[in-house]
Amino acid sequence: MLTMQEIMETIKMVQEEKLDIRTITMGISLRDCCHPAPHKAADKIYDKITRLAENLVPVGENIAREFGIPIVNKRISVTPISLVGECTEIDDYYIFARAMDKAAREVGVNFIGGFSTLVHKGMTRGDAKLIQSIPRALAETERVCASVNVATTKAGINMDAVHLMGNVIKETAERTRDKDGLGCAKLVTFANVPEDNPFMAGAFHGVGEPESVINVGVSGPGVVNRAVSRVREADFGTLAETIKKTAFKITRMGELVGRTAASRLGVPFGIVDISLAPTPAVGDSVAEILESMGLERCGTHGTTAALALLNDAVKKGGAMASSYVGGLSGAFIPVSEDAGMVRAVEEGALGLDKLEAMTCVCSVGLDMIAVPGDTSAETLAAIIADEAAIGVINQKTTAVRIIPAPGKKTGDRVEYGGLLGSAPVMLVHPFSSTEFVRRGGRIPAPVHSLSN
Amino acid sequence: MSDTTKKEMKNRVIVTVLGPDKVGIIAGVAQILAENNINILDISQTILQEFLAMVLIADMDASTVDLLELKQKLNELGEKIGVRIDAQHEDAFSYMHRI
Repeated sequence: MLTMQEIMETIKMVQEEKLDIRTITMGISLRDCCHPAPHKAADKIYDKITRLAENLVPVGENIAREFGIPIVNKRISVTPISLVGECTEIDDYYIFARAMDKAAREVGVNFIGGFSTLVHKGMTRGDAKLIQSIPRALAETERVCASVNVATTKAGINMDAVHLMGNVIKETAERTRDKDGLGCAKLVTFANVPEDNPFMAGAFHGVGEPESVINVGVSGPGVVNRAVSRVREADFGTLAETIKKTAFKITRMGELVGRTAASRLGVPFGIVDISLAPTPAVGDSVAEILESMGLERCGTHGTTAALALLNDAVKKGGAMASSYVGGLSGAFIPVSEDAGMVRAVEEGALGLDKLEAMTCVCSVGLDMIAVPGDTSAETLAAIIADEAAIGVINQKTTAVRIIPAPGKKTGDRVEYGGLLGSAPVMLVHPFSSTEFVRRGGRIPAPVHSLSN
Repeated sequence: MSDTTKKEMKNRVIVTVLGPDKVGIIAGVAQILAENNINILDISQTILQEFLAMVLIADMDASTVDLLELKQKLNELGEKIGVRIDAQHEDAFSYMHRI
């Protein structure tokens, strides 16, 4: 029988420490939606998504009520659209983005990911068309998210694609100028992208995935922070152990919700992504966990070590709690979505360079960072190249979600609202990277890619 | 695990009451459970300062309502008497605390 303490602990986690299931994401294969006539392909996309995901939102809401745990988002990821669009002759893939957007609205999900492509070694015609279609797709739809994988440890870094993404990010920002470049918040450039990630904006349904699948992303920085605060004077062994135990409990909840949702929707259960995903709400911050470990402000010396400990302990605890762990799994360090990160930037404790160092030991990369609107496409590309290099060499996922906010200067603020939060515009290096970026071609894969 | 134990586990709910202590809270909750043919298996409570924390484990095997309906009835009672009453599936707790 459960004890009263255990029951109260769970209730406290949800009510006071903001434990929630961040997302139930349904992956849907669209590989059978190809058709030479673009409007027919778009209809097939719409029909398949609305058919398979019809019950996603009500099932998610019922599970949330029965277990008494909030499920913040219900989302959909689909096959990279470049694969579906490729057999048409059309140049602008916006029509497919529109079909995705309409389907997402119909089934009531707030984001749908998969306006994506993987070009780490080179581009097909369809890949190039998709990338060129991204700015319009993100400006003229509301819920569609795009992602492009430009590097892997096995292939190296496709610098042509990296350069192109610099331009695409600029154009996306320009097309959503009236909203401070909001389109860029829905666009992620990856290295070593996982194919089963449930978190937006980088989710898509990989080619190795089944027809349909349920993946779950758990969260809970508030719960971890509370646990860390309770062992303030303890040594690092105790600190790591405390985080592990907490991550275990959080992940068990994700496993339960994921399995229940999958069985009720009649699709296989994929993975639990054991990530600490912050939100702008007070007390739901990864930066605050690092500060509770004994740093005056996130970003000061010691931050990378603290984040490394946190990330590793979350993985160790989470891995024991779930039979299938996947996706990004680790700590997210977005700026705009984390009130503690925003404060650290505004007080001058945290800059782009330190964030880059932190991405070496966390689960993703430079995330939700606003930079001045006059940042050049080449500088953006160079920032992406740096992140990709970290991912490729360390055999981990890295990503860049950066917003060159039109008309804004360092120190200004941009507001995106809701889960996307608000961000201070951060300083970038004034020195040019243009000559380097414009070389073109591919940075070769590192020697440790020769692992066969 | 035998089929019968599995079944029992599947239908158990945890009812929690949190709020200022008053006359008739447990009576009210018990009445709703009885009306809907839900069997109480265990009750424990403590008073922290003036606040009541009560946890009740019940078996919904023969219940005439489903968990969502029960939850709604308990929420309504809670609102009426000024405490927070909730019902959650037992799995939400056992999954987290039992391997």
